[in-house]
Amino acid sequence: MVGGESSTTGDGNKSQFAIRNSQFARWRQVCSCRQRAAGSGKPDLFLPAAGGPLLLTLAAMPEDPIVAVEGIAVRRPGALILRDVSLQVLPGEAVGLFGANGSGKTTLLRVLATLTRPSSGGGTVLGAPLGTDAVERVRPRIALVAHDPALVANLTLGENLRLLALLAGRRVDDAARALEAVGLSGASGRRAAVCSNGMRRRAEFARVMLAEPDLLLLDEAHVGLDPAAGDLVARIVESVTGRGGGVVLVSHERERVGSLIDRSLTLADGRITEPGR
Amino acid sequence: MTVWRQAAFLLGFQLRDELRTGEVIAVVIPFGSIALLVIPMAVGIETTLLASIGPGMYWAVVLLFGVVVTQRRTATSNPSHRDALVLLGVDPAARFAATAAASALLLLLFEIGVGLVMIVLYDPVVAGWGWLALVLPLVAAGLAMLGTIAGSVTDGGGALAPLLVAPLAIPILLGAAQATEGLRLGTGILRWILVLALVDVVLALAGVLTARVLEESSR
Repeated sequence: MVGGESSTTGDGNKSQFAIRNSQFARWRQVCSCRQRAAGSGKPDLFLPAAGGPLLLTLAAMPEDPIVAVEGIAVRRPGALILRDVSLQVLPGEAVGLFGANGSGKTTLLRVLATLTRPSSGGGTVLGAPLGTDAVERVRPRIALVAHDPALVANLTLGENLRLLALLAGRRVDDAARALEAVGLSGASGRRAAVCSNGMRRRAEFARVMLAEPDLLLLDEAHVGLDPAAGDLVARIVESVTGRGGGVVLVSHERERVGSLIDRSLTLADGRITEPGR
Repeated sequence: MTVWRQAAFLLGFQLRDELRTGEVIAVVIPFGSIALLVIPMAVGIETTLLASIGPGMYWAVVLLFGVVVTQRRTATSNPSHRDALVLLGVDPAARFAATAAASALLLLLFEIGVGLVMIVLYDPVVAGWGWLALVLPLVAAGLAMLGTIAGSVTDGGGALAPLLVAPLAIPILLGAAQATEGLRLGTGILRWILVLALVDVVLALAGVLTARVLEESSR
């Protein structure tokens, strides 16, 4: 739990105040998101139907954030990779995560993907408390595009996508359509091992399209992509946020991803040093 | 989607991957055959001796090279692919079943290929060849499951996996060697087949029941 909701001060008044404070903070974030959505032309997920009052808007908004983690620490033998990291991603929000090599960005993404168990701290991802069996239910709603492509080298791009489509309970045709959407329909029969980095990265985005995630985690999404494919990243990010999902985008290139994100965070030495903007 | 359906999809694509890599067919079977060829060169061409030690040498080669088959590259998918499968909600038991089944099929292929070489080189006298149709798959399944579990424990194999498999494979090797010895001497082998079947059942249960724990403990 985050934002004071789990505050256990032992004092009822303090606890009540913490909850109200948390709700107010969330309301402020939602309003802030709405303002940015209006400016960027993104769909406003919190717009009340037929111009209803703000109270209705708040009542209708999704209660839980996509990501709400607090005090996350990840220890490995001889190293503290993350320390006291708190992060909230609201529905429809794209958060940029910046930092130098070794600052803990990828580890944080893996924690949010429920693939790395935090050593301490906690919170929820898509409503499922981290470190519990409940994360298994929400995992299919999470997509992670990591540094290394999740492709089997000796299978063709088409076969790779077909396997993932079948396992996701999708139709085989969906795999072909996803490849077409990322401009790889002509390379469907090519083995992943002999594809360029850019093609493999595009295939990864086809995988994301198949998954239709509510939480998209991108690790250096632009690496290996030509400038024309930058638009592809933007389309995917917008499709997720447009559906009310959340995106966390790790990058070294602030300029390149600046237009895709609603706010940014900077990690240094495993700690968030610049919380938002 | 059921665990079996997930396992069937994974198995199909794993075998296709292996077919293209050709690691077992093009590398492991020829090297296993060479190992069988080296032994007669060491002991000399004494046909009676070769005929009696042939089956034993065969099972030793199956064990040693069988571990290589279970730890082949296509059996250990890259970490990103593994993560993608986890996020798709693929049951760890399905992954275990698919990998073990693919390894078992390849091991059976290896056993048949190397077995033919053994027959040519050692000319063993074995009565009741038909029983081998039961013994070979049981040994292949046992070694495959053992290798898959060891690969999960050591997170992708490495040098530790064969060291784990070798001592734990003793019941399989013992059952297999005793069964073929029984065939050679014309005595009953049913109890050794039951031993092999029992080991397989225990390994199958261990693999399925520990798959999730092993996967989560690697996080």
